[in-house]
Amino acid sequence: MSTQPDLLYSETEDDLRAAVRSLVTGRSDPAATLARAEEGSPYDDGLWQSLAAGIGAAGLLVPEELGGQGAGHREAAVVLEELGRAVTPAPYLTSSVIATETLLALGGADDEATGLLKGLAAGRSVAVLALPLSTSPEAGLPDGATVTGVADAAAADVLLVLRPDGLHAVERGDAAVQPLVPLDLTRPLASVTAPEGSGTRIADAEQARAAVRRGLLAGAGLLASEQLGIAEWCLEETVRYTRDRYQFNRPVGSFQALKHRMAQLWLDVAGARAAARNAADALATGSAEVPLAVSVAQAHCSRVAVRAAEECVQLHAGIGMTWEHPAHLYLKRAKADEIALGTPGRHKEVLAELVSLPGPR
Amino acid sequence: MTGAAELRSRTREFLAAHPPATTGRSEFLGARFDAGLAWVHYPAGLGGLDAARSLQAVVDAELEAAGAPDNDPRRIGIGLGMAAPTILAYGTEEQKRRFLRPLWIGEEVWCQLFSEPGAGSDLAALGTRAVRDGADGDWVVNGQKVWTSSAHIARWAILIARTDPEAPKHRGITYFLCDMTDPGVEVRPLRQITGEAEFNEVFLSDVRIPDARRLGPVGEGWKVAQTTLMNERVSIGGMRLPREGGMIGPVARTWRERPELRTHDLHQRLLTLWVEAEVARLTGERLRQQLAAGQPGPEGSGMKLGFARLNQEISGLEVELRGEEGLLYDDWTMRRPELVDFTGRDAGYRYLRSKGNSIEGGTSEVLLNIVAERVLGLPAEPRNDKDVPWKDLAR
Repeated sequence: MSTQPDLLYSETEDDLRAAVRSLVTGRSDPAATLARAEEGSPYDDGLWQSLAAGIGAAGLLVPEELGGQGAGHREAAVVLEELGRAVTPAPYLTSSVIATETLLALGGADDEATGLLKGLAAGRSVAVLALPLSTSPEAGLPDGATVTGVADAAAADVLLVLRPDGLHAVERGDAAVQPLVPLDLTRPLASVTAPEGSGTRIADAEQARAAVRRGLLAGAGLLASEQLGIAEWCLEETVRYTRDRYQFNRPVGSFQALKHRMAQLWLDVAGARAAARNAADALATGSAEVPLAVSVAQAHCSRVAVRAAEECVQLHAGIGMTWEHPAHLYLKRAKADEIALGTPGRHKEVLAELVSLPGPR
Repeated sequence: MTGAAELRSRTREFLAAHPPATTGRSEFLGARFDAGLAWVHYPAGLGGLDAARSLQAVVDAELEAAGAPDNDPRRIGIGLGMAAPTILAYGTEEQKRRFLRPLWIGEEVWCQLFSEPGAGSDLAALGTRAVRDGADGDWVVNGQKVWTSSAHIARWAILIARTDPEAPKHRGITYFLCDMTDPGVEVRPLRQITGEAEFNEVFLSDVRIPDARRLGPVGEGWKVAQTTLMNERVSIGGMRLPREGGMIGPVARTWRERPELRTHDLHQRLLTLWVEAEVARLTGERLRQQLAAGQPGPEGSGMKLGFARLNQEISGLEVELRGEEGLLYDDWTMRRPELVDFTGRDAGYRYLRSKGNSIEGGTSEVLLNIVAERVLGLPAEPRNDKDVPWKDLAR
């Protein structure tokens, strides 16, 4: 019999959550975020420094001998839940999870990669994989000179670029990073062109593919926790609002037509929590079920986050449709997250293969 | 408090004294009750040892490993899950001693006389009357109950009846333990859309109940019944399932074995339901881990809602998937089964029976209200029935 995954939160994880929440809610200001985004960059550098270096969140996946915390995916998942709850613009998923996991998967064979890892773990630098955010772990990888839809490239010091001969670390100054207009204003996208011959090769083609796949798999698995955080905020905020909002001489939240929708959402969020914890635990323990746990979490949590954000807008009604109310930031993040690292449909295709439920011939 | 290590050694000593291979089933169960290993969280002398509820797993694992007989918990589910915790919470010492032992060892089956034709979701509106025959006499009960599973095999029933029609509906109810062999009790099978009769109608005509079988004070029956209903919802969906352990299992097997039935549309829907079934399984597992860690979460109230919808959608897909065979039904013969058997029957049966999953034990609509009000803290709908004498309510 296989051992059961641990689906709860440990005391250490609760403490970490409290620290991250106090940091992001203390500094979170949707109006300021939007203003920064419209000026070109939504990031709050001070917040990132406190999160990455102060709390040490950037090094959670990295062993202590490389300057990290020697924690793991369960803890990083808790950080992402909190960043999702606040739709915080920060390169955590892209740098501290996906790029970090990719470099870790190279196994310390390359000094350049190890040095880079130390910088990431300490919060001194930020690196992102030069791949479209929509890339699923099972997809074929592009290797042309220009890659579009790269998330958080604008925040990166180093770009990890896939070429036919392997993975290259390219200083951002050596590449052309062209900002795009993203649906989700809190996670900037860019097209990245890294000229032939730029940067240092840190892995050969075969190593690179396996490492990148591992990075994307960890990213997809922990993205589920970000989606859980988004859904939780949307549900809590909607409950709070409909309790306080009076129409027809009663709180609108007392109408069954609305209550049932929120209760249903609560059920879906409870499921999302179990699925997200399961994926984080599988990644942390190196379970053989990682691909299955990740695809189940992605297929479920993507939908739950989108529905929670859509319900949040609808049940807030008029005010939910305004630029002023933060609901739209959650809707845009949830919709972008649905496409990020493989759509629910892609993940279901993966599952069809994994659990032997093939389609018609 | 008794710890895990002590319970383990007690169980081993018990097994040494009562080897399952050479001890008769009822003798073994009786001895297990008397040793306090029946339900360890119950008080000493009543089948327990005042231990933590989660430690029952320690005892069960030892007993299972030794090949010990169990008390067939599915057959006596209403007794174990509903009658027993209510008797424990509200019963007199005499009631606890009289009823709990035969209940647990399965000698006496229990059923529940709550719902009525005119009181379904609005259970507190019930109209079965209990009138006292003189100041110190028996209670005389008249009325009709419905949806009573196990009534035809039950020796006892938990019963709620109206004792004060002048009081508002929640305040005029009293809780009784009713003898099903009383000549005034008539049980008639109630045939369902599946063709069989799992449930019954129970007609009560001048049924005499001694006051010593009243559970809790006169007029407090609604409060007592809350204990029963709370335990009903806890016990639903409490089993640990392997992957594909629920209704998704038979559909997935048919899908794998019968490639000629596959279509693109069915494939997408099957994968969606497979994911939902797996997520429901994980949610149940997480709930169990919370309970074991002593942090019971509100997820329990949601499990039944989720399973009801999933069972219905999955079995509906299964009938459709079978195509021409989906037009057939295995057997419409009227039977009175002791247990619901989801897996021993065809897809058509599962489809029809699972329609009851969103009705029995509280409709999904009522459960959504409970989640919204008790878990999310949303306000109740305005009501006009709470302070009106029961006799003046519209019906």
